[in-house]
This record gives sequence, structure tokens and C-alpha cells, in this order.
Amino acid sequence: MLRLPKFEVATPSSVGEAIALLAEAGPSALVVAGGTDLLPNLKHELATPELVVSLAGIRELVGIRVDAGGALAIGAMTTLAEVAASELVRTRAPALAQAASLVAGPQLRTMGTLGGNVLLDTRCQWINQSYFWRSALGFCLKKDGTKCHVVEGGKKCVAAASNDTAPALMTLGATLELEGATGRRSQPLDDFWVADGIYNKKLAHAELLTEVRVPPTAAGHRGAYGKLRERNSIDFPLLGVAVRLDVDAAERIQAVDIVVTALAAQPKRLARVAELLFGLPARGAEFERALEAVAATAAKQCNPLPHIPGDHEWRKAMVPVWVRRTLRAAAERGGPVHED
Amino acid sequence: MRGRMGVLHLRINGDDVEVAAPSHWTLLEVLRYRLGLTGSKQGCDKGDCGACTVLLDGKPVLSCLTLACTVEGRAVTTIEGLLPAHVAGGGQGADPVQDAFDRCGALQCGFCQSGMMLSARALLDRNPNPSDEEVRAALAGNLCRCTGYTQIYQAVELAIAEATGKRPKPRSWESTEPRGSS
Repeated sequence: MLRLPKFEVATPSSVGEAIALLAEAGPSALVVAGGTDLLPNLKHELATPELVVSLAGIRELVGIRVDAGGALAIGAMTTLAEVAASELVRTRAPALAQAASLVAGPQLRTMGTLGGNVLLDTRCQWINQSYFWRSALGFCLKKDGTKCHVVEGGKKCVAAASNDTAPALMTLGATLELEGATGRRSQPLDDFWVADGIYNKKLAHAELLTEVRVPPTAAGHRGAYGKLRERNSIDFPLLGVAVRLDVDAAERIQAVDIVVTALAAQPKRLARVAELLFGLPARGAEFERALEAVAATAAKQCNPLPHIPGDHEWRKAMVPVWVRRTLRAAAERGGPVHED
Repeated sequence: MRGRMGVLHLRINGDDVEVAAPSHWTLLEVLRYRLGLTGSKQGCDKGDCGACTVLLDGKPVLSCLTLACTVEGRAVTTIEGLLPAHVAGGGQGADPVQDAFDRCGALQCGFCQSGMMLSARALLDRNPNPSDEEVRAALAGNLCRCTGYTQIYQAVELAIAEATGKRPKPRSWESTEPRGSS
């Protein structure tokens, strides 16, 4: 039995009310959206807030629409199940719909929200444990301790970004709409991350993610998400690969972007991918050769750490496999990519 | 609502319930330790196993990760509510999903069973004739450590077959005769 620590709960019905509550309470207040990330973490005493502000009653944060500028605007409290099933998302942002469909299991997707997944806390096998378990090791860098059990002598926390939707949204050029006590701001997701597993995001206290915006995609837009995990029914990613591949009317590749997650504290955009694929047809022998080159450069650029379950050398060996599979799925308008 | 303790108004299995509970309690704790509805099981208690699955407005959710005070006013169905709802709807005996689980021997220890049956019930309410793949996907969040899942899938298949008038695939070891028939 895992009990939650004692705290008060506030259930505001507007964004303004929620921000005021958070600002007034200070850092001892935390936000809960779907609860599927925060509640297990609270049960493990990774935080002991005095106040938890639930966004469950804020209707303005739910919904998927196309705004006046043609961007897809998804309310932060829209559930992952709704995102995965949305025809608008599936057609305009296939990688996002696929990533949402592969987060955890069905109940967790019904509860978990897009905003919550984007803002998911980093994960590590030395931190996502009960207080008793962690105390036996003298704790770790991320919480209550000074030692890193992943990197010997490490002074910087390397807990893994484990949010499936974030890499997909990065390939789509998404922007986060944030609202705080001092006003609103638009934050490109690419520049949102910090290479620090303790807190890997540029989000201030009392600042809320209200909406995720995906700019209009081209007619030839294709995307896919591939996820390696221990059990396909439920787990966090051991490796997540998001691909964007835009083609012109002649099926030649005009844009390509690959972001890999579950390697370190922030999702990693692969370099030198566009130059290997630009202008090539999205199928055939030439494409297959380029695919091998992309897989090889991905393997060089990605170095999984022994911080989440699964042997890290095996995870490294899986990088080219999953990059190849996901890229091919995007080219063929397939996906999501997962083991049966 | 704000405070360390509060009075919640929930609709549990069709009944309006008023219950006082600490704010940090989960829905599972309120169900089990305030209302005596112990059919929802406390398994891993952190969202892995699905034993605490209940239906919230008809959709399966994990009650161990739901703060009770955030579902104020919403309809909760637990395993205790399936049979009364079936009878109230003019049916006889247990819910067809429960009956099929019984006849197929779709359990050993029974710990996962209430969550399994609620996930299956929600699927059949949404889609009375799902494919094998849809059945597996709908039950993916409910872990069973005893059975290997085969008889669980067969039970759902039997419930689907009976609801849609299809003939279930024959199994050598099971009786497809409804309970009480000669």
C-alpha cells in the first residue's frame, strides 16, 4: 500500500484562479492534471507539497481546434486518448497522434493529459522508487542526496526525459502557450528544455501550460513515432523516435527531422539527417541506402545511459534499428512503430 | 473545495453518496475504506496493474491515481455495480461479462478480475462487436499474473458472441451453456 503524503487540494475552475492559488501558496504548491505522473511520484515522496492544485475542473483547457492561422491548437487538459483518436490530429500531426496512442496503457491515456505528458518529470531507476528504497541507498542527486548512481562522480542529474509526445511535437515545430502571474508567453518547444534531470524545463512556478500549438503542416507532410519499451501494454519508453518527413508532389523529400527521447534529460534532435535525405525519393533503393546512413549517424549521436530499465548497451544497439523502422514508417505513411 | 478534509458528493453505482474524506485520499481509498466497496483492489497502488480500475462516466480509469475530491459529482461504477445495473436494465443474474468470466474460468486468484471485467464492460458498452485486437488493446492496462490471459480473452469473446448472437468458438474444456439451463 502506498499512501499519499498529507496535503490540501484546491479545485479552481479557471486558469486565472489556478495561477492566483499557486502564486499565493509559493513553491509548496504543485499542479496536478491527470495525476498519472504526479501521484505515483508523491506516493514515492519525491515531493511533499502542502497544496495540490487540480486543473480537472477547468473546462477552457480542454479541446482540439484549428485556430484562425491554421494551427492545430490543443488544450493542455485534453486527454492523451482524445489526442490519439482525434481525426484532426491524425491527419495534421500523425507523429503526435501515434505518440499519444503509445503512452502507457488505456486507463492512463484516459486520465493522462497532453500537457501533463509534455511536462512529465524526468525518470531514473534510482529515483522512481519508494522513500524507503531510496533511503537505503542514501538517496541521489535528484532528490535528498548528493550522489549520482548512474554516472560515477556525476554532479549533474541525468534522469531521462520520458515523455513520448514531446519529441513528436518537436518534429512538428510546436509552441507551448504558457500563462503566469505576469502574463502570457509563447515558448517554442525546441528551446523549452534544460539539460538537467532535476528540473528539465523552462517553466516557472505558478506558470501554467494552457495550450499546445502545432503550425500548419504541408500537404506532403508525413510523420511517425516509434517506441521501444519493456511491455508494449504500459511502459515508459526505453527509446522513443519521432520522425517528420515532408515530400513534394513528385514524392521527393523536402524536409526531414528526427528527435530521439529517453536518452538523457532532454529530447535529442539528430544532426546531419537532412543532408542525407534532402531531395531523395521517399522510396526505392536510393532511399534505402540513405536510410542506412541515417541509422548509422543516429547510432553515433545517441548514447543511452544506464538510468532507466533495459540494458543501456542493448538500447544503444536498438537506436539505428528504431530510427530506420520509424523513418520507413513515416515514408510509407505507416506507424506507430512498436513490437507486437 | 479547499482544505485538509472535505465532504464529497459522488454518484456511485447509481446511488448519490455523500462522504467525508481527507483531501489527499484517492478514490480507491474512499471506495474501500469509507464506503466498504472492497471489490476494487489495491494492487501496485501506483498505476501499473489495473486492479483498481473503475468506470468514471463510463470510461475505465485507475482509482489509485485519482484524487477523490477531483471527481466530485461524477458517476463512478465499481464491480459491485455491474450486477444491479444489469438487473435494473431487465437482465437476469450477473452481468453477461461476469457470467462469461465465471463460465470460462477466466481467473485463478481473482485479484485482477474486477478491473478486467470493468475494462471489458466499458469496451462492450462502447463497441458491442469488437475485434480480437480491440479486446486485447482494451484489456492492456489490466495485468493478470495467474492465467496467461487466454481464458480472459475467451470469456470476453463468449460475452460478445452471446450479445451479438454469434456462435462462440467451441472450447473443449468449457461449458458454453448459460448457468441454470439444463
